[in-house]
Amino acid sequence: MTGPSHRLHRHLISIEDLDRDAIERILDRAESFDEVQGREIKKVPALRGRTVVNLFYEASTRTSSSFELAAKRLSADVVSIRSTGSSVEKGESLKDTVQTLSAYDPAAIVIRSPHVGAAQLVAGWTPAAVINAGDGKHEHPTQALLDLYTIRSKKGAIAGLHVVIIGDVLFSRVARSNIFGLLKLGARVTLVGPSTLVPRVFEKLGVTVSHKLDEVLPTADVVNLLRIQHERQRKEYFPGIGEYIRLFGLTKERGKKLKPDCLIMHPGPINRGVEIDSDLADGAQSVILDQVTNGLAIRMAVLYLCGGIATP
Amino acid sequence: MNMVIRNGRIIDPANKRDEVGDLFVVDGKIAGDVRNSKPEVIDASGLIVAPGLIDLHVHLREPGFGWKETIETGARAAAAGGFTTIVCMPNTSPVADSPSTIAWIKDRAAEVACVNVLPTGAISKGLMGEELAPIGSLAQAGVVAITDDGRCVQNNELMRRAVEYARMVGVPVFDHCQDYNLVGTGVVHEGYWSTLLGLPGWPSAGEEAIVMRNVLLAELCDHHIHCQHVSAAGSVRILREARARGVKVSGEVCPHHLALTDEAIQNFDTNCKMNPPLRAQEDVAALLEGIADGTISILASDHAPHAKFEKEVEFDAAPFGIVGLETELGLFLDLLVHKNKTISLPRLIEMFTVNPAQLLQIDAGTLSVGQAADVTLIDPDLEWSFDASKSQSMSCNTPFDGWKLKGRAVRTIVRGKTVWANQPV
Repeated sequence: MTGPSHRLHRHLISIEDLDRDAIERILDRAESFDEVQGREIKKVPALRGRTVVNLFYEASTRTSSSFELAAKRLSADVVSIRSTGSSVEKGESLKDTVQTLSAYDPAAIVIRSPHVGAAQLVAGWTPAAVINAGDGKHEHPTQALLDLYTIRSKKGAIAGLHVVIIGDVLFSRVARSNIFGLLKLGARVTLVGPSTLVPRVFEKLGVTVSHKLDEVLPTADVVNLLRIQHERQRKEYFPGIGEYIRLFGLTKERGKKLKPDCLIMHPGPINRGVEIDSDLADGAQSVILDQVTNGLAIRMAVLYLCGGIATP
Repeated sequence: MNMVIRNGRIIDPANKRDEVGDLFVVDGKIAGDVRNSKPEVIDASGLIVAPGLIDLHVHLREPGFGWKETIETGARAAAAGGFTTIVCMPNTSPVADSPSTIAWIKDRAAEVACVNVLPTGAISKGLMGEELAPIGSLAQAGVVAITDDGRCVQNNELMRRAVEYARMVGVPVFDHCQDYNLVGTGVVHEGYWSTLLGLPGWPSAGEEAIVMRNVLLAELCDHHIHCQHVSAAGSVRILREARARGVKVSGEVCPHHLALTDEAIQNFDTNCKMNPPLRAQEDVAALLEGIADGTISILASDHAPHAKFEKEVEFDAAPFGIVGLETELGLFLDLLVHKNKTISLPRLIEMFTVNPAQLLQIDAGTLSVGQAADVTLIDPDLEWSFDASKSQSMSCNTPFDGWKLKGRAVRTIVRGKTVWANQPV
């Protein structure tokens, strides 16, 4: 995370790369941008005259709109490129695409790719700051940052909290980035889900693995539910949605086991009635919409710190 | 041209010979002496004089993929690495599943290759794993083995028929051991690093299941199956047990599976992507044990050239494989003889000469009088560093660029003719 002195950060590739200070600096900066959200004119000139390229190789609603709006609120010129399928399928290599776009001299390239490691590769091919908006099943750093920000703003601090991540951890970049971030900030993390999607090997990352949701829920300070994508997953990972709900769904009944001040989080999009009961998703403990709002502040902070010229 | 290689340490495992002496070459053959002629004199003091090394696992990419490698450049890389005989794999375009393609490879090699090139043929038509290739015709055309390398026949019944048929025509079966269901889309060893990085895992069991299958079929058909590029601890255990019972199975190990572990993939360097993948430290230890106790009898490179632009892509989209001919001997000497003292120098030579020659049933791998004079001169203590940009191969997809190695072939002689002496000849 070091680079030219006029920038606080060079790239944002992964949470695993960051130390506690770097994470907190981003969260603090996001706090200062939070104030902008309340203004009538929601715009600051931080990136005026600079260009931000959003390069999305995967379908995305909230992340791409969030980055686009964040860049616009910083007064950047924004180019958004969407392409379904990988660069390989498209016929032009990622390297060629990135070098072409780099010819516009962007301050930052935001990249979402179905391929693990894509953001890191891009960082080697462009002088622009590179921000990872999700690389395959690897990391989704800004999602973790906005989750951390949401927890911090609701709970005051993260150290010492018990955070339970439930669901499809194996295939989740959100889970990986959250695990790294939460551990760095001193939280205790438990992963819960079927043994096929939450294998024991995750314990090597420093978390607890459990397959008994009912035992874990009463001590949780935060539960973060991951989207179950049965249609995408090979069927053999679990027998079916019905059984999944029976074992791992946050049903109304299970919701009663939560501490009253336990936060319910979800990166979206939600499968109502699958990983979470619909009423719980909209209930008092849910901070799901706060996550979306906070995502904007986090992405403004990241674009500002990576793509802007830092002013004290 | 006749030749006297003077004063080298002659290591000829087939003849149980290990002594300092002179080696004579007359008319391209090993001779008892060179009376009545004026031979070229080569001073080999301080060097090992070994039978020409054999690498039975090389991808030369021709026909079809001439931008990655050609028979000519691949053979030059082999010579630079100390190899006088290389065995090329059939996953070309067209696939080497017909006698005409085999004939083309042999003709081309005779024309342009500076070392002996021995082709293999496919087990199944088009490497599709569905119908047998014309194995008898391939044998008549001169293949030294059949293999679907790069792919693996999943249908056990088809594999059984292939092994039975290969027994009839007298060629061994080589197998790239990979269970497609278990491996799925895996690109890296399933373990800590695949979990951390979110890359699809390639579990060891995906190799071990097929190694076990091959043990059972070798036993059933009473014919030799050679397991290529063995990477997992369990495979070594299975082979050890089977070989102790006299089952006709063998295994080879590639240098990258000893020199590196899956930790090397953390920066998504596609030059660390090969199939089977780099595995864990326990696997490396098991491979070393297997080499030490003879379970693993053959060393090979799995030389797999790919152009730079093909490797400069996202990790999971990149092709599997690395080049290896030029670094192979140095890495193995370094890892097996110098650093770990796993085996003696004569054992290492044996694994590169007699053992593959016996498996292939070819007349090579010894320094017996009358043999074709394929000879490799090795400086086992020479310290050098590998510069991929100066490689003889057309491709430089290697994780070993810049590595400092100890031990290197300094002269490669094929049928009495020097083809490499620290530079192409």
